[in-house]
Amino acid sequence: MDSIWFKLLGVVVSFIVAFTVGMTYMGLSRKITARVQNRKGPPFYQNFIDAMKLGSKTSAIHHGVMQHFGPAFLMVSSVMSLMIIPVLNNGMWFSNLNFHGDLIFLLYIMVFGPLGMALGAGQTGNPNSAIGVTRGLSQMVGFEIPWVMALVALMIQYHTTSIVDLMNIQVESGTWLIFSSPFAFIAAVLAMLGMFRYSPFDIVGAPTELASGPMSENGGKYLFTMMSSASVFAFAKLTLYVDLFLGGASNLIELLIKTFVIYMIPVLYGVVSPRYRTEQSIRYFWGWPTFFGLLAILYAVFF
Amino acid sequence: MINDKNSQKIVDFIQNWARKHSIWVLAYGTGCGAIEIPPTMTSRYDAERLGVRGAATPRQADVLLITGYLTTKTLKRVIRVYEQMQDPKYVIGFGSCTINGGMYYDSYNTIKVLDKYLPVDVYINGCMPRPEAVLSGFAKLQELIAQGKANGAQKYKDNLDWYRENQKKIIPNWVMPEYNW
Ligand code: SF4
Repeated sequence: MDSIWFKLLGVVVSFIVAFTVGMTYMGLSRKITARVQNRKGPPFYQNFIDAMKLGSKTSAIHHGVMQHFGPAFLMVSSVMSLMIIPVLNNGMWFSNLNFHGDLIFLLYIMVFGPLGMALGAGQTGNPNSAIGVTRGLSQMVGFEIPWVMALVALMIQYHTTSIVDLMNIQVESGTWLIFSSPFAFIAAVLAMLGMFRYSPFDIVGAPTELASGPMSENGGKYLFTMMSSASVFAFAKLTLYVDLFLGGASNLIELLIKTFVIYMIPVLYGVVSPRYRTEQSIRYFWGWPTFFGLLAILYAVFF
Repeated sequence: MINDKNSQKIVDFIQNWARKHSIWVLAYGTGCGAIEIPPTMTSRYDAERLGVRGAATPRQADVLLITGYLTTKTLKRVIRVYEQMQDPKYVIGFGSCTINGGMYYDSYNTIKVLDKYLPVDVYINGCMPRPEAVLSGFAKLQELIAQGKANGAQKYKDNLDWYRENQKKIIPNWVMPEYNW
């Protein structure tokens, strides 16, 4: 059962699951936004139609090699993060390629995609892209701090840097980490608001202000790649939150329910908030989220 | 199997279906008609339920919406925008001004017939057209796309010389990159 083929099969299956679920969630979020704004909204499968259309468009744009690589970097980083996050906690299916220390590796690999995209967007020479990139990187400096603090608190508290170990701890002790280290959870969730880039933190791809920022020169198939990588990445992040704080999931239905609940936090916070400016956004992340991160570390050290 | 006619038909059908239900609009707010776009997009008429959605840049857009009169100065930008869009692309002329000049028929500063300069797929008449009319224009475009008849971009490619000639009559200092599809 431990053969490489079995693992590869799991990888392919979890990619397909991540793509489908991520796309559906994004479509649902469009629907929910529409309902909040008292509209009927597009059908929940609208994103699949958009993806099909984008895939069938031509892309006769050339600004240089890096521009073509940018979306590919994003995709690679999303798939890599998905690969080291165990999807289900029964260890056989979908446990993917995790290893000891993957939590630290994950911290690196999650910023790899945006950095690649930043290089690609820089080469297009579009001023909107350049502004979008600077905004994105500054915002990343903002939310990475509480996010890293939350993870470090978990590592200190449970003396492990492996996601699977953390999941096993929750299964054995019977309490989810959301209860046994609540401050870390709060810091991580507040950091997640920035990670998902829904408003009020959509300062990177602001459509009317920045003409969608880093992707303003990318249409057609590039946009399709970015869209699918965003959905895969969204699923990976949500699964990570469920794994770390909500005790993982033993089957897909449970996983869907838990991830959807987590996903609703940024979406619902977003639909009622206007957009921040860059410095407001950074100030936000260095305020309460960082405070809770510090509290989490203190809690982990002294209790 | 790969290149025979029937499988191509199936692919076309699926692609046209997707294109029809996902129309990303670049609303070039040239004239006064642009004021009818916000009500079309927001909760009263909600064009997003039909898959119609705003696009941020020409690279991402499918439809160029020319909302009303075009001054000779904006024409150059509009042409540039149109040529930056990626295939398949469509143009909707919005309001009487794009059809025959409308109430600006004797103005020295606007173009009269949009179709001479850009290939228009669908016209929406009225001055200004109500959101219902806009939606019916989108429905007409969807119909044309589904039948594979919305081929304005092809027309533009085939008759590029004619279009260029007309465009250069209006724009004397023509400093533009070549159209390279
Ligand atoms: S058709 Fe009427 S409303 Fe539209 S741009 Fe012309 S004058 Fe304005």
